[in-house]
Amino acid sequence: MSVDVAPLSTRPAPARGPLEGATPDARPTLAVWKFASCDGCQLTLLNCEAELLALADRVQVAYFPEATRAVVAGPYDVSLVEGSITTAEDAERIQQVRAQSGTLVTIGACATAGGIQALRNLADVGELAAAVYPRPDQLAYLARSTPIASHVTVDVQLYGCPIDRGQLLEVLAAVLAGRAPRLPSGSVCAECKRRGTVCVAVADGLACLGPVTRAGCGALCPAHHRGCYGCFGPQDTPNGRSLATVLGEGGMAAVDVERAFRTFATGAEAFRAATAPPIATGASPTDAAAGHGGRP
Amino acid sequence: MAGPAILPSRGLQALVDALLARGYRVLGPQVRDGAVVLADLTDIDALPLGVGDEQAPGHYRLREGGAERAFGFAATAQSPKSVLFPPDELLWRGRRTDDGFSVEPASPADDPDHRPVAILGARGCDVAAIAVQDRVLLGREHVDAHYAARRAGAFLVAVTCSDPAGTCFCASVGTGPRPRAGSDLVLTELADPHRYLVEAGTPAGQALLGALDTTPATPDDLAAADELVADATARMGRTMRTDDLPELLNASAESPRWAAIAERCLACTNCTAVCPTCFCTGVQDVGDLTGALDERHRVWDSCFSQPYSYIHGGAVRTWTASRYRQWLTHKLATWTEQFGTSGCVGCGRCITWCPAGIDLTAEVATIRELAEAHDAVAAGAPGGAPTDGGAPTPGGLR
Ligand code: SF4
Ligand code: SF4
Ligand code: SF4
Ligand code: SF4
Repeated sequence: MSVDVAPLSTRPAPARGPLEGATPDARPTLAVWKFASCDGCQLTLLNCEAELLALADRVQVAYFPEATRAVVAGPYDVSLVEGSITTAEDAERIQQVRAQSGTLVTIGACATAGGIQALRNLADVGELAAAVYPRPDQLAYLARSTPIASHVTVDVQLYGCPIDRGQLLEVLAAVLAGRAPRLPSGSVCAECKRRGTVCVAVADGLACLGPVTRAGCGALCPAHHRGCYGCFGPQDTPNGRSLATVLGEGGMAAVDVERAFRTFATGAEAFRAATAPPIATGASPTDAAAGHGGRP
Repeated sequence: MAGPAILPSRGLQALVDALLARGYRVLGPQVRDGAVVLADLTDIDALPLGVGDEQAPGHYRLREGGAERAFGFAATAQSPKSVLFPPDELLWRGRRTDDGFSVEPASPADDPDHRPVAILGARGCDVAAIAVQDRVLLGREHVDAHYAARRAGAFLVAVTCSDPAGTCFCASVGTGPRPRAGSDLVLTELADPHRYLVEAGTPAGQALLGALDTTPATPDDLAAADELVADATARMGRTMRTDDLPELLNASAESPRWAAIAERCLACTNCTAVCPTCFCTGVQDVGDLTGALDERHRVWDSCFSQPYSYIHGGAVRTWTASRYRQWLTHKLATWTEQFGTSGCVGCGRCITWCPAGIDLTAEVATIRELAEAHDAVAAGAPGGAPTDGGAPTPGGLR
């Protein structure tokens, strides 16, 4: 992973509140930071094609290496932070980012839950490194992949793998207006029913994590006849153990149920606890062992 | 009013055409994504001919139904609530002006299709649920203007249920299988030969019926319809005793059963979304990036969601047990005090579409058993200790 050349200065972070623009340019400044991640969430910003011009009118993109080499020195009114903390350098760098940022918004499953790379948290990372790399002694890494909020105070969290475009725009609009963003914390099922999707779990027996997963995507996967993979992580009152029991009773093998909960938001405690210790089911591992979408 | 009439099998198309010609948007049952749903209908060949359904707690499958039946299934996946009281309703728009802001209320023209709706195939439970929503949304001091406008223009063609599902219990709560008053027309699908018995329930229904090519119904037609109703009543999948409900639930606030249900309940809100009488909503403001335009929407919410009970300082119902208790007690007990009717019409949707398969009829029965056992213990009777029900409720429900 390359290390960002961060244009950090020692100026104090600007105060929070409605943004009038903290730089000589009247527009508030926006910075986009990357930690351990795939860049997909940052690209969501570039995918806001229809809104990009309006956005450029309202904010000055001050630091966004994925989009432009032009760099404006900090501090920054709004920082979008992608990725999890997996190295000692990053653990230090996130402190600097925090110090330079007005409103700090984490974006995506990596930044909010540790990402798929948090699978290492459930294993001996030294063993994994030895299995993959010829010279593991040359690696420097932390034993666990942790979300940004484990290191610094986070103002707003945007979940998902990747994040939802509409939610990103809502947060930016809210921060610019000095109001709280409206982000749902309940289940994906609520969005499924609002858009009139027929439940793929009830009507087709697909494994769906929607009941325990945080809304925000608009129930994307069930609308395409897929069970929810849980990429937004747990909803505000997740009952993972009940859903694990339901999946097991539907014929899914215990190992498959466990894998279903261990993907994008594997670092989320509620998803880990859903299958720990393993729930008992009668079935044997099936070809749904890829971890998702198995029909009983 | 003229009496019951017989509409020949293909005459149903003339009924749909007549509604379309009068400017209605016609919605009728159709198969989509493995379920029967309400969708725009222009051609009766799109109806689920020969399709039946199988419904059980947390389970729905289509199956082969009576070959000649166009309505041989039970409750659709979502009820007419999704049309008359839609999940997302624009209330008003605000625009920034030079000296402040202006507000424009939403108008019917904001709906992409703002024709009045005709719903074909509503069941007894659906018609009863619309009557409940009428009381809740129109019968109080502050009338819901958006619902009122949709409802005033709506035309209901109800259908008698011939094939109730495993989760149906309309017969227990007196809402079906024959639709009660409230529909403009009621159809009963009869076989050999395939035809419809049509009864008008309103002057508008009578006028439409008069414009169709029908023959007067014979005593044999009426007897066939009665037989169909008796047969459907006998095949109702579930029952619920209702005579003691408000007292039972109001006295069971501390029942240990709530905690046991919370072990299974996913707090996913599916039950309230599919329930044809649940009406809880929240408001959402959606602002654009320029800060010049803001829209206020009303969206479905639920007593199963944590933010729904948020008052200053935090949510009141943080534990799922208290949310299920709120829902069931409102639906079956306090609803009666509030609106003079039960909030449950026996459609069974909350049972079928609950991913955890929680069944309110079974929960009511268990709560009653526990209450009776508790009373027996209190009265010193032998063998009356509560059996199943989980841990006692710690320190009252939050
Ligand atoms: S498809 Fe999944 S997310 Fe949608 S209602 Fe069913 S269980 Fe919930
Ligand atoms: S339905 Fe689930 S897996 Fe799919 S995008 Fe939404 S949260 Fe992610
Ligand atoms: S509570 Fe359940 S059975 Fe009763 S009307 Fe609502 S969805 Fe139907
Ligand atoms: S009762 Fe069933 S549908 Fe309702 S919130 Fe609980 S799990 Fe979801």
